[in-house]
Amino acid sequence: MTSIDESNKEKLRSVSVDLNNDASLLIDIPDALCERDKVKFTVHTKTTLSSFQKPEFSVPRQHEDFIWLHDTLVETEDYAGLIIPPAPPKPDFEGPREKMHKLGEGEATMTKEEYTKMKQELEAEYLAVFKKTVQVHEVFLQRLSSHPILSKDRNFQIFLEYDQDLSVRRKNAKEMFGGFFKNMVKSADEVLISGIKEVDDFFEQEKTFLLDYYSKIKDSTAKAEKMTRSHKNIADDYIHISATLNSLSAEDSTGNKKNLEKLSDLFEKLRKVEGRVASDQELKLTELLRYYMRDIQAAKDLLYRRARALADYENSNKALDKARLKSKDIPQAEEHQQHCLQKFDKLSESGKKELTSFKGRRVVAFRKNLIEMAELEIKHAKQDYTHNISGLFPLKPSCSFCLTIFDLLEFFFFFFLL
Amino acid sequence: MAASSDRNPPPFPAAEDPEPGLVDPADGDSDEGEDIFVSKTNPVSVSRGVSQPDRGAEDPPDLFSEEEEASSTTAKSNGVHSDDDSDLFAEAHMELNTDKPGSSAKKELSASSGPRSTSTSTQSPAAMQPTSLEQLEEEEAKDSFDVDVAITNPEKVGDGMNAYVAYKVSTRTSLTMFRSKTFSVRRRFSDFLGLYEKLSVKQSLHGCIIPLPPEKSVVGMTKVKVGMDDPSSVEFVERRRAALERYLQRVVCHPSLLQDADVREFLERDDLPRALNTQALSGAGFLKMINKASDAVNKMTIKMNESDTWFEDKFQEVEAEEQQLRKLHAVVDSLVNHRKDLCGNTAVFAKSMAMLGNSEDNTALSRALSQLAEVEDKMEQLHQEQAASDFFIFAELLSDYIRLLGAVRGCFDQRMRAWQRWQEAQSTLQKKREAEAKLLWANKPEKLQQAKEDITESSNRSGSTASITVICLWESRVTQYERDFDRIGMTVRKEVLRFEKEKAKDFKSQIMKYLEAMLQSQQRLIKFWEAFLPEAKAIA
Repeated sequence: MTSIDESNKEKLRSVSVDLNNDASLLIDIPDALCERDKVKFTVHTKTTLSSFQKPEFSVPRQHEDFIWLHDTLVETEDYAGLIIPPAPPKPDFEGPREKMHKLGEGEATMTKEEYTKMKQELEAEYLAVFKKTVQVHEVFLQRLSSHPILSKDRNFQIFLEYDQDLSVRRKNAKEMFGGFFKNMVKSADEVLISGIKEVDDFFEQEKTFLLDYYSKIKDSTAKAEKMTRSHKNIADDYIHISATLNSLSAEDSTGNKKNLEKLSDLFEKLRKVEGRVASDQELKLTELLRYYMRDIQAAKDLLYRRARALADYENSNKALDKARLKSKDIPQAEEHQQHCLQKFDKLSESGKKELTSFKGRRVVAFRKNLIEMAELEIKHAKQDYTHNISGLFPLKPSCSFCLTIFDLLEFFFFFFLL
Repeated sequence: MAASSDRNPPPFPAAEDPEPGLVDPADGDSDEGEDIFVSKTNPVSVSRGVSQPDRGAEDPPDLFSEEEEASSTTAKSNGVHSDDDSDLFAEAHMELNTDKPGSSAKKELSASSGPRSTSTSTQSPAAMQPTSLEQLEEEEAKDSFDVDVAITNPEKVGDGMNAYVAYKVSTRTSLTMFRSKTFSVRRRFSDFLGLYEKLSVKQSLHGCIIPLPPEKSVVGMTKVKVGMDDPSSVEFVERRRAALERYLQRVVCHPSLLQDADVREFLERDDLPRALNTQALSGAGFLKMINKASDAVNKMTIKMNESDTWFEDKFQEVEAEEQQLRKLHAVVDSLVNHRKDLCGNTAVFAKSMAMLGNSEDNTALSRALSQLAEVEDKMEQLHQEQAASDFFIFAELLSDYIRLLGAVRGCFDQRMRAWQRWQEAQSTLQKKREAEAKLLWANKPEKLQQAKEDITESSNRSGSTASITVICLWESRVTQYERDFDRIGMTVRKEVLRFEKEKAKDFKSQIMKYLEAMLQSQQRLIKFWEAFLPEAKAIA
């Protein structure tokens, strides 16, 4: 059972920008418990809106509840013209759990110290996954609360307020299958729809852009993940090197002993820095890419719904023409056509707004994360650098004098220019 | 003459008179030279005297406290040696002993690794602004040890399966035993192996630790021969070149090996006869394998009665250390592989990011993403260099010492074999004595006389002028083997201590190099990201 505290969470707000600013409805997840496979989130709401019964309250929620909320929003016709924030992915502890298992198997081959360090490293990884999943769920709710239309959704309010267990009916087999089938139909439809002539240039551009961008960002996310994993492997290697150097120096009785000890210490410090580099890169870069990949998928879904509406409208036009030819059921056909036109217009209008704001949001988020990542890289390299210096000091005297001057200058300019 | 200098001499009285042997190198020096040699005989005072003037110039207490400890331990061991040495060795060896703390202290002072750099040992006196005391010490160190070798210019000679790679071996020295100050020759890999063979045959009987050349590699060489110019064969040649350089430098740093005629011939002679018995599939190769096998069997059956626990303890230490080094080497290997993976992944990611930047429609963000792709490309290069440094500096150092520790173990084996010979001679002597006693007991003086006549006849026939009996022969043999055994023991002890010192020095210099490389790459990393930061901030 693990829980997180407020201060750590502050550092994690990476991909969410300009959220949770509206004091009329503030949501956060201050606490979460992890039991075996299930994570229980404590959703805390502070509001000034009269639609709620209390000004401040907390409810426990599970991942499935979030999914239920997302699905109901998607299925609501009225929101067809909106980008529904992507559902948070399921908490996945598989990676660290597997590594923990492997570590247990290999326990006999390493020294006690090494084992403890590896275990610590794994526990940190586990904690990182946990923090990430909390953040992702929180961002989902915050996007809903900052959206002018979605924040007023009734189901959303129930989600926030209802203090009993939602006992969301897990999708039974038929519904699951139905959902799966619907997805297949949707993708087939997408192909069909891409053939429809677009009436609006804006949407034509957006469609091309989003399709292309989606595939590229998906690729980048996968590659970024691999890169981060390599970094983590290197950090793990440093642990082993440090431990072996330690046992070497313990048995050494010659002048080499001190050197080996110092080197072992250095590697121990380096592995912490490398670990942090890896996790920062993961949070700022990989998570950013992953989140916007899902967001773009949601935008694509909006385009799909609009295209579907356009197809419906065109079909209704054809039906009206046929009815006029046959001189039968004309008013119904007309009404149907009007209805389709309205729907299509509404979707186009809100779609345009949503997509424009999405663009702005995306650019701002990228900017924030790229700046933070660059700053962290610099900070870690400087820390790495300082550790190297202190590792070098006792070993190489002739250079140490110049290094101190350089070091002092560096810090002087750094603070001065900032 | 000793008191004529106005700098602060070490505040110790000259404990011993300077050995006559020591005066020779001082002949070419100024009158201040005498001062050094006075204090030289007291090794502890040398190191302290050296460190004091330095404390003003540089302020790292750590190194010098380390150095003092190291010097004092070697001083102690040298003390042991001096006592024993005076019985068995000429004064020349004494000179080398006492030279060592000074020169090694000097080498640590100048912070240039002797085995590594070819030119810094001449530059460091100038760069150091030393006091005259240090200057003279430096010169003296140069007198004893200044042979620097470098191996460069690997060139493929010939074509097809008969091709080989020739390396240029350049030597720079101030020693008088060489024909000139700088010279170079071309050598191929089998020449190096041949040198090792010759040295091990000659020197192993004395218990020296012979440095090991890099291993043969059929796969690597075949690729080079066939003419593939891919990065792996380039890396192979570079790896071999660096290993050969280290090997040769270790050989010339060894005081007794340097005196060897074969080594001089290797360095100087333009045309070296081809060392044929180094080929894997030759007759000599097979003979070697058989010898190795019989040695292994011998080792298992001999149980040595150790009178001196030092040897046993040291042997166990060496074995344990070898094991740990192997483990460390395996981990460093895995680090190298992971870093290479990181290289690949970063390159791939950079490309993907570039494509993403292209399809981005916001111009500022698009530019920033392309910049990010460039930064990641540069990072890939950094990782590549770091992986090379990991490998060539760290991993190779470890594999060198794993093999060298094997050679150290070989040394101990030599000593054990000497002991075995001695014991066998003793038991043979015992048997002969018993045989003679039996004859006496049996009171058959005629037979005894006959036996004695037979023996003298046979010894006359074998050309010995004096009529010695077989027993006397064996008695002399026993004494000789016992002396051999003791001598080997002394040499092994001396060698092991010298080896440990060299190892500490080597490790220190290599670790320094490694950390410096790491530091440099971190600095470049900082520059790259600092260049990227304004681009990221410019996103609107």
